[in-house]
Amino acid sequence: MISDLFSVTVLIGILASGIRLATPYLYAAIGETFSQKSGVLNLGVEGQMLLGAFAAFYVSLNTGSLWLGLLTAMLVGALMGLAMAYVTVNLQAQQGISGIGFYLFGLGMSDLLFQRLMGTVETVRGFPKIYIPFLSDIPGIGEIFFSQNILVYGAYLLVPLAWFVLNKTTLGLKIRAVGENPDAADSLGVNVGRIRYFTIILGGTLSGIAGASLSIALLNVFQQNMTSGQGFIAVALVYFGAWRPAGVLGGALLFSMVNSLQLWMQVKSVPIPSDIAVMLPYVLTILVLVATVSKVRAPSALTKPFEREN
Amino acid sequence: MTESNKLPSGRTRIESLEMRGITKRFPGVLANDRVDFDVRAGEVHALLGENGAGKSTLMKILYGLYRPDEGEILVNGKAVHIASPTDAIRLGIGMIHQHFMLVPTMTVAENVALGLPSSRGALTDLDHVSKRIIELADIYGLKIDPSAYVWQLSVGQQQRVEIIKALYRGAALLILDEPTAVLTPQEVDELFAIMRQMVKDGHALIFISHKLHEVVEISHRVTVLRDGRKIGTRPTSETTKQDLANWMVGREVGFAPERGETIPGMVRLQLENVHCGSDRGTPGLRGVSLEVRSGEILGIAGVSGNGQRELAETITGLRKITSGHIRLEGQEVANFPPAELTERMLSYIPEERMRDGMIKDFTVAENLILREHHKRPFSQNGFLNLRSIANHADQLIKTYRVKTPSRDTLAKNLSGGNIQKMVLARELSRKPRVIVAAQPTRGLDIGATEYVRAQLLQQRKQGAAILLISEDLDEILALSDRIAVIYEGRIMDILPRDEATPEKLGLLMAGVHPEEGAPVVK
Repeated sequence: MISDLFSVTVLIGILASGIRLATPYLYAAIGETFSQKSGVLNLGVEGQMLLGAFAAFYVSLNTGSLWLGLLTAMLVGALMGLAMAYVTVNLQAQQGISGIGFYLFGLGMSDLLFQRLMGTVETVRGFPKIYIPFLSDIPGIGEIFFSQNILVYGAYLLVPLAWFVLNKTTLGLKIRAVGENPDAADSLGVNVGRIRYFTIILGGTLSGIAGASLSIALLNVFQQNMTSGQGFIAVALVYFGAWRPAGVLGGALLFSMVNSLQLWMQVKSVPIPSDIAVMLPYVLTILVLVATVSKVRAPSALTKPFEREN
Repeated sequence: MTESNKLPSGRTRIESLEMRGITKRFPGVLANDRVDFDVRAGEVHALLGENGAGKSTLMKILYGLYRPDEGEILVNGKAVHIASPTDAIRLGIGMIHQHFMLVPTMTVAENVALGLPSSRGALTDLDHVSKRIIELADIYGLKIDPSAYVWQLSVGQQQRVEIIKALYRGAALLILDEPTAVLTPQEVDELFAIMRQMVKDGHALIFISHKLHEVVEISHRVTVLRDGRKIGTRPTSETTKQDLANWMVGREVGFAPERGETIPGMVRLQLENVHCGSDRGTPGLRGVSLEVRSGEILGIAGVSGNGQRELAETITGLRKITSGHIRLEGQEVANFPPAELTERMLSYIPEERMRDGMIKDFTVAENLILREHHKRPFSQNGFLNLRSIANHADQLIKTYRVKTPSRDTLAKNLSGGNIQKMVLARELSRKPRVIVAAQPTRGLDIGATEYVRAQLLQQRKQGAAILLISEDLDEILALSDRIAVIYEGRIMDILPRDEATPEKLGLLMAGVHPEEGAPVVK
């Protein structure tokens, strides 16, 4: 019943799983922030996540090493990024279209490999919870923030790190310049293509981790299309967050909290059809984007291939 | 000048730079044909020529953006190889591009630091960069705030950022590609003061322009290019504006076009107490009344931003009026859609020709039928008649002397002057009865300016009513039969041409009535 949702225990549960569920969004959206900041729209995030999720799961299952699984996911994501970078920078493809191509590739390939190599749904023991000494003992707060697994902590550390790289380093300066005015960057000797290769591959790597976080840290299974649109939501979060890591964090939390709420609603059998509940995060995506996007300005060179005149 | 060979920035001077026998071919064009050019420390060498004469090509070769097919470059007597801007920067050559190479969303310091190694390794050292910017700014008299965002700066200030950027990288020789094209007269004065200071300190400056009075004012020597060839180099003091103009164009140039007499006929365009808003929400027009007769040019003089744009846009149906009347040949047309006004033979030469006058990625032929594409002979039953479109294009290209490789060339690949000729061809060939011409010669070279003005006078002779909006007072005085002065969205006064002196107009433009003396209350 609805009143069940408002007990302290349940609220803590909702918040704790909300914090946890933001993990894949954060990795994927921070990666996407980097590539969009440099002027590249990568719509293939979902595909990169799916392949990353499969790679992490399969390697972990067969070697027993979660870390090796994670590393493989990163490598797979990076390779997907490399391919995307070649298509984007060298072939100067339409980014919207090529990104959808990479999504479909990831979707199909992860399913094919799953059918061929595994065939049935299995489970692994994912990354265990790490209880931060003392902090995890704080009532409520401790369970919500300080009793999570390593990938969850990593996702939240990534946010200030990304902010720092983008705003305080020469690399970040180049990334921003390349995304706003590649001609200016080029005229000052910045290698526009190399910067974009870097950001797209970084984005792919982080998407790989995002996928792994689902399959070996949060859900601990792999099944067909298990990301169910989270990669696309991550892309939307970058717009929502106005290309700022802190904004992305806010968006990721909003969506994961809504997601967590609807999951708990199902658990507690709140009398709302589960189809409607599952729809909630997606409806929210659309509403929030409609309300916010027009007010923020995207990087000027976003989706524009760079070519030196003549 | 000091005896030392150091510049105030600490960089070694470039005593001399010489380009010898530079040839550059593009498909179908010989852009530079064995051009010699040289510049020395402590001088401004002006490079003068019409659009397409090869000035920019020559300078892009010097800055490493293009490779020459033939020829060599010597710095202080030694041959050098410049394969990229990085090479040029290393040699002490800097370039201020016509379109600024700045990132608007970043600060001045970030723009300067971009691409340079940092004293703090991977981290930016913006404090250090800002300090150096302030030092340089002090030395050269460039007021600039390193922490300001570029988008907040005026065009003149952005140009200073470009100059600082070049000086920061140790430029001893600076190429300024049409630096005054985007500046207000006051900003031009400030730029010239900076240039004089730099020359005094031992920099070498190359000044590209097609504005004669500026060349005469600022340069020590002048080289004229025409059709990719060098016509000659002379000390500026030994030339006159007239000489330079003739050199550039290759024939005698008349500064004052022949107007001829016409007898004004019926009123074709009438505005009565027109009010409208502007983009900033302030009143754009505040009660404008005027009329233009057949065979007459009414000039609208005024300082930029006093309602000129709103005036043009209301008449052409691009902006709604809030009250008043606009009549074409006696019939009310206020707030009619542009298509309806097209039917009534209104033509428009827009101020922003690149944005409002054409579609960049359409071909010349397509651009030429934008207004009448839906009508015979260009289309029938919804199908385009490609043959008649092609014929139409070929004919207009010939009649209006549009220089284009073919009718199928994308419009964006034409030079500014030829784009304007294309717009004129489309707007004037349909025998319009009313023409609104906004800044029709802004940014054009002498030859194209002369051509545009002659075309407008031709239309006047044929009985069109022409509203000429221009911030160039010489142009207003040369073409108009009557002159209206606009100030703060109101018409201050309308003077017959013989009574209009630059002094009188200047006062009116500043909002002062010469007879009454007092400024008009806002």
